[in-house]
Amino acid sequence: MTDTTATTRTGTAPAADSPTADSADSSTSGERAPGGDYTAYGVGVPLVDTKAPKGPIEERWKTRRFEAKLVNPANRRKYTVIVVGTGLAGGAAGATLAEQGYHVVQFCYQDSPRRAHSIAAQGGINAAKNYRNDGDSVRRLFYDTVKGGDFRARESNVHRLAEVSVEIIDQCVAQGVPFAREYGGLLDTRSFGGVQVSRTFYARGQTGQQLLLGAYQALSKEIAAGHVEMHPRTEMLDLIVIDGRARGIVARDLITGKVSTYLADAVVLASGGYGNVFYLSTNAKNSNATAIWRAHRRGAYFANPCFTQIHPTCIPRSGDHQSKLTLMSESLRNDGRIWVPKAKGDTRPPAQIPEDERDYYLERIYPAFGNLVPRDIASRAAKNVCDEGRGVGPGGQGVYLDFADAIARMGRKAVEEKYGNLFEMYERITAENPYEVPMRIYPAIHYTMGGLWVDYDLQTTVPGLFAIGEANFSDHGANRLGASALMQGLADGYFVLPATINDYLARHPHDEVDRDHPAVHEAVTTVTDRLYALLSNNGDRTPDSFHRELGELLWDECGMARTETGLRKALERIPSLREEFWRRIKVPGSGEELNQSLEKANRIADYLELAELMCLDALHRKESCGGHFREESQTEGGEAKRLDESYAYAAAWEFTGPGNAPVLHREALEFEYVHPTQRSYA
Amino acid sequence: MRLTLRIWRQTGPDEPGAMTTYEVDGISEDMSFLEMLDHLNEELILGGDEPVAFDHDCREGICGACGMVINGQAHGPERTTTCQLHMRHFNDGDTIDIEPWRASAFPVVKDLVVDRSAFDRIIGSGGFISAPTGSAPDAHATPVPKAAADLAFENAECIGCGACVAACPNGSAMLFTSAKVVHLNVLPQGAPERESRVLDMVGTMDAEGFGGCTNTGECATACPKGIPLPTIAAMNREYLRATVKGGKRRTG
Amino acid sequence: MALATRTPRPPSLIGSVWRSTVGKKTIMAVSGLIMLGYLVSHLIGNLKVFFGADDFNGYAHWLRTIGEPILHHGWFLWLVRPVLLAAVILHGITAYQLSRRDLAARPQKYAHQRKEQSYATRTMRWGGIILTLFIIWHILDLTTLTVNERAEEGHPYENLVASFSTWYGNTIYITAMLAVGLHVRHGLWSAAQTLGVASARRTRALKIASNGLALVLTCGFISIPVSVMLGLVD
Repeated sequence: MTDTTATTRTGTAPAADSPTADSADSSTSGERAPGGDYTAYGVGVPLVDTKAPKGPIEERWKTRRFEAKLVNPANRRKYTVIVVGTGLAGGAAGATLAEQGYHVVQFCYQDSPRRAHSIAAQGGINAAKNYRNDGDSVRRLFYDTVKGGDFRARESNVHRLAEVSVEIIDQCVAQGVPFAREYGGLLDTRSFGGVQVSRTFYARGQTGQQLLLGAYQALSKEIAAGHVEMHPRTEMLDLIVIDGRARGIVARDLITGKVSTYLADAVVLASGGYGNVFYLSTNAKNSNATAIWRAHRRGAYFANPCFTQIHPTCIPRSGDHQSKLTLMSESLRNDGRIWVPKAKGDTRPPAQIPEDERDYYLERIYPAFGNLVPRDIASRAAKNVCDEGRGVGPGGQGVYLDFADAIARMGRKAVEEKYGNLFEMYERITAENPYEVPMRIYPAIHYTMGGLWVDYDLQTTVPGLFAIGEANFSDHGANRLGASALMQGLADGYFVLPATINDYLARHPHDEVDRDHPAVHEAVTTVTDRLYALLSNNGDRTPDSFHRELGELLWDECGMARTETGLRKALERIPSLREEFWRRIKVPGSGEELNQSLEKANRIADYLELAELMCLDALHRKESCGGHFREESQTEGGEAKRLDESYAYAAAWEFTGPGNAPVLHREALEFEYVHPTQRSYA
Repeated sequence: MRLTLRIWRQTGPDEPGAMTTYEVDGISEDMSFLEMLDHLNEELILGGDEPVAFDHDCREGICGACGMVINGQAHGPERTTTCQLHMRHFNDGDTIDIEPWRASAFPVVKDLVVDRSAFDRIIGSGGFISAPTGSAPDAHATPVPKAAADLAFENAECIGCGACVAACPNGSAMLFTSAKVVHLNVLPQGAPERESRVLDMVGTMDAEGFGGCTNTGECATACPKGIPLPTIAAMNREYLRATVKGGKRRTG
Repeated sequence: MALATRTPRPPSLIGSVWRSTVGKKTIMAVSGLIMLGYLVSHLIGNLKVFFGADDFNGYAHWLRTIGEPILHHGWFLWLVRPVLLAAVILHGITAYQLSRRDLAARPQKYAHQRKEQSYATRTMRWGGIILTLFIIWHILDLTTLTVNERAEEGHPYENLVASFSTWYGNTIYITAMLAVGLHVRHGLWSAAQTLGVASARRTRALKIASNGLALVLTCGFISIPVSVMLGLVD
């Protein structure tokens, strides 16, 4: 079923036989339909999540699991499930589906499934264990997450996430994940931004690494047992949709360049977020949006693309050569104090600035939460003080994160125990010793709350196509709380998807897909034509130069603060940049070998389309909420001002053709349990 | 800074390769080593040449993708990953030799890119604790002494970059394998598979064509995560223990 | 590109130990320790040379009477010799096989060679070859007396002095003893690693012990030809 087929580029344009299938020429030229106004989006029928059961919120997940149809264990091996990505969500899902008896075919672009970018998560993972007896509960984690997401997440999903969080910790400990422990041998926890309980489990500053290795090891066991067919260094480049159902993918072997089709009964995208659209972000260099964007082009709605998270504690950039930004775990804010000089343009070294001339602005503005306010608030506060001219370091783009008090209080050894590896990393990058000189930090793009729209079952609008982890939009609303990404990835991968996908598979008995189906050929031709167009263009600009330019544009106009003027400017510039890309791009080498420039260029081509949708979404959402801050919509104190009457919905966009105005489908959000209030962390 | 780079160029797995010399200028000391190579690649592309292929991803020193031998040292002069090595550790006018990991178990794919999938197969043969999803008891059901938890963590820090193999004169994967064996074998959760794990992983390691350990310690010196040499002794102990106890391999 | 592997049925345990690199290293370590133990007792016996011919010859005679009356005259040595021979052979075979494997695992050298790299491995390999040749010479010289022109059966002290009175006898011996020192220096530490005795806490002590024993063995053995040359022993 999943044997690969060598395909050749036919050079003929495929027939556009469905509204979502685009023709090859428009996909390769990227030109906007003449006279089309991208911002004149249509409004389609509202979306309703039909899968979430009604009734008391505590019962919904139980009910759904009971109502879901099951596949007979003996029949499961007949079903093939494709999983794209091997991060926390994908790795956990692949291993679990294989354990259940399904035949899993899994892909990652890295040379090993162990390198997925979940590995870089530092701080921790939340779980409502209440081991501290500090008043935590599933209900409180649910409440905190809905509130932290600024009331733009679906209650049912978030409650399920909080319920499942407890099982995740059990699962990971059983796998041998070496969480931090106390002398009594029990698990240690710490508190994290945006909450007042200590519910974050951690493994020094490498929690993501340890959780990912746990999932990777479980996956490796299934690979060795022959239950998972693993394709490393293979990148998904398109989705195959047959008779309205997702039935496979087109993928390119990055070593040989061979483009092959893989067919299946269902496809799961666990390919992560799209933060790299900004060029400079904390994402891995090769993290990309191609899988989800191609799925979007094939009919999966893209929800809330403008909800991007800016992380407050990153190492500031050092120059134009910067290729990526490095995050310092948010857990640093537990013990570090953030400050800037009170006076503008104060260039004295930090040690020479006396206490009363320092402004610990987070503690001043938000006395209840202090340095532990949610990420969006901490980031914007940093931007504000820097905009006032009180920023520190090169270019005034930084604020201090000072551990002097923590070292005095806990002793250097305790600080080292807790944050040693982060301090070491900081020193390596900046050549400054954070035990003696305060760290300099500045916000950077870190996570994308938006993603493919999914229902309660994590199924997209294309039947048979599921999206899990950061690739979907479901649980974090407009802002994600710290240590919740790991929780969501593992919840989706270990517990939610393996339960819900059964229902879909049980309702769609296994049947073979015809390899010669026109839709298969069309998908392959689309991919090969596009690669050919990139390789044969021989222009005069490198892929990176376009990526940098796009990234700067987005950071300026669709970054920490957004305005109508700026967004319109970006929406004007992006199509012309895209046109320039297809005219001037230069990709050396051939398609029949390892060609990293080709990989990059192909991903950037998708960013150039996605960026436009992000800006449109940001433009259409005239309120501020969470990570989306519209300067036109703020309180007198400069906080984000939500407009619940108009925007209490998830915006799911339907693709209508490259450069064509998309269609907006609204999913109304109802809040039965957590009443929306103005978020207050003062 | 102005530098002379001598880089191993090889177009494919079965093609011959050679050291090729490039001159680069305008290098800032704040650049990372990979940013320096990015800089070179941009110039190569614009000049109509093929850029140098190298593996990299997170650029934060944690994914383990990057790795090259710089002036004869795996990951270069600092004890860190290549992506976290900064140009301030070099001087204007330096000549820098850049080569791929060398080991027959890590065949060169292209330029500085090698195939490290042997590591995945070692893990797949025993580097796990069998705990199918849903079968776990409460996380606090089995307390783990802090010392054991800390030892497990120190070994679990391995990023699988392969520097140990590259630095070893015998191309041995003992440090990599032992780090995973020790991580899982010191935990109570890992006890049921303690014997089969070490026997299977050592068996796979040998079958993949890695060399044996001669205790030169080059691996531990090169390890960016500081996995210490006694870890290998600990695995040898586990191996002897498993042998004496008549442990059986899971797969064989 | 698929990673799945399946390996055939497991071999017997002894077979898998012999086939595995760790198992072979264990054999090397144990055989090495047997030889090291022999060397230490050999040195103690040799140092009797400083107490004169009667003491030394008496000691040599005593060696043949160990175990009497259960063992017949000279049987003890014949019990020790096969053990030593087995140790030498196993040590040699495993060393050869592991070295071949090691060289095959790293066929291509780095263009940029660092001097300090592979120092220990090189000295172990060359040292091993030197010592093998020396053992053959040593047996022909002082046990079978084949190459010792002035030797007489039953007069070990005189034979020893005779051997160390030639320039080549001394050169071969001193070179070999330096090789012993280097070999033991890394070998003892390496055996501790291989047998799993080493740990972070013991590393320092083990290194000191290895270096110390190597130094004692080398100096102890070399002191004899030097004394013969200086005329302290004659």
